[in-house]
Amino acid sequence: MSTLPPLPAAPEIDTDDAAPVRPRGRAAARLLPPARLTGPIPWVIAILIALVVIAAAGGLALRNLANSASTGLSSAVSVQVIEPNPDLRAARGAEAAEVLLGIEGVSAVRVVPEAELVAMLEPWLGEGAGSGDVPIPALIDVELSRSVGPADVARIEAALVGKVPGARVDAQGDFLRPVNDALAALQWLALGLAVLVALATSAAVWLAARNAFASARDTVEIMHLLGASQRQITAVFLRDVLREAAAGALMGAGLGVAATWLLGQQFAALGSGMVSGGGLMLADWLVIASIPLGGVLLALVTSRITIAYALKAML
Amino acid sequence: MDDALAGHVKFDNVGLRYGTEPEVLSNLSFTLYPGSFYFLTGASGAGKTSLLKMLYLAQRPSRGAIRMFGQDLVTMPQSRLPELRRRLGVVFQNFRLVPYLTAFDNVALPLRLAGTEEKKVQRAVGDMLDWVGLSHRAHAVPPTMSGGEQQRVAIARAVIARPRLLIADEPTGNVDPDMALKLLRLFEALNNRVGTTVVVATHDVHLLKKVPDSQIMRLHKGQLSDPTGALRYPPLPAGSGSPGA
Repeated sequence: MSTLPPLPAAPEIDTDDAAPVRPRGRAAARLLPPARLTGPIPWVIAILIALVVIAAAGGLALRNLANSASTGLSSAVSVQVIEPNPDLRAARGAEAAEVLLGIEGVSAVRVVPEAELVAMLEPWLGEGAGSGDVPIPALIDVELSRSVGPADVARIEAALVGKVPGARVDAQGDFLRPVNDALAALQWLALGLAVLVALATSAAVWLAARNAFASARDTVEIMHLLGASQRQITAVFLRDVLREAAAGALMGAGLGVAATWLLGQQFAALGSGMVSGGGLMLADWLVIASIPLGGVLLALVTSRITIAYALKAML
Repeated sequence: MDDALAGHVKFDNVGLRYGTEPEVLSNLSFTLYPGSFYFLTGASGAGKTSLLKMLYLAQRPSRGAIRMFGQDLVTMPQSRLPELRRRLGVVFQNFRLVPYLTAFDNVALPLRLAGTEEKKVQRAVGDMLDWVGLSHRAHAVPPTMSGGEQQRVAIARAVIARPRLLIADEPTGNVDPDMALKLLRLFEALNNRVGTTVVVATHDVHLLKKVPDSQIMRLHKGQLSDPTGALRYPPLPAGSGSPGA
């Protein structure tokens, strides 16, 4: 600098507002220091995503379980004919079946054979269930062409009254109502957990983005004063947030799916007919697959809002 | 709007206060003409840095009006300020280089932020580093550079995009008198050859005499005076015959 050479030719600068102003690739990577959300944030995101995956898988399995239990029962009615005399009971059962077949909307009627009833009761009553000492009612399964409502039950009762003494009508779905209510409560609980964990994820990302911004504040200020737009600065931050959130979400999803699969195996081993109805379908797995994507999106939106607020404080 | 008028920076009865504190700058009214060279002087605490902050768009005034390049800064939305900032070059008092970027990448910042093609960036930054005599230090990061070298990187960064207005805050504060004079000659060259309006804040009275065509703005307790008459009359831009020519 002892002698001053002529100033070099001016570079061509694109001053068009519509020109791409977002630095891309390596140019963007050169603007801010790497690894903005360093520390435990990817791990925190991983744990939270795993929890959401497990909660969501539980909720979906419970929904399938409730649906599977309700299917077939919703349009079914049981008619019991209570009569201690076996011959009279059999006659009244047959008479009830005949009456039932004549009712509008009834699509099928089946008198459950006594041997079948005895076999069903044996686990509770022991081998004496079929001895005749314990009176077993005649049981008739009635299938309606639509879901059973209270009006249908009343209609069937009205048709049987007077013609079949001792007949009692129950909608089969009523037996499972308390179970369904409990399953619905558990589904809401799973949804609540997923929402709470999503909020916790947002809070964690918000804190991390705020800290990352604070630690890069000097650099951001310099870039800002050199003419960087809010969009440019945000884009550079979001690149790193995206990378770290994606890594965390992938780890979390892997962990959550593994835990779900293991739990599924445990329940499947129970061999219970009802529990086996709680398996996950393809659509459920698609919902679960969308959770890490949602987590990354949530992290990006949270970071974007956080950075926008921080930048707003600068002129 | 006429180009000469659009190039003006015009302060009209501007005041600045931080929070509820008394005003640090009061009733500032002046115009900076295109291609002129201004010194801003005043004792420490007189408000030089606050005035410069408003000039390089880091601070809005508490009252009054500022127009820059034909735009009203007070009412301009925040989203349009970057576009205006790209027409400014700023040499900060403590350089404010990005510590983890090389000298090359620091100088390239204004061009990359403006979306300039990388091939052009490479050529322009290479030329600029040649100009300030730092080609051999292109890959050095600021913490490994001397004060004078960092100063030159800061200047190269400030002038690489050929700003219409160059603002320098105590640019000679950290260098020896010989280097200070060299830096001043660099600003003069930019002023004379490119027509950039230059504002240099300094408390070094010896520097003021080194640029014969310069105007002096003096700040005292937040008030401005103009010993050279720069604020009362349009000064003649260096090297031209009429204001704003």
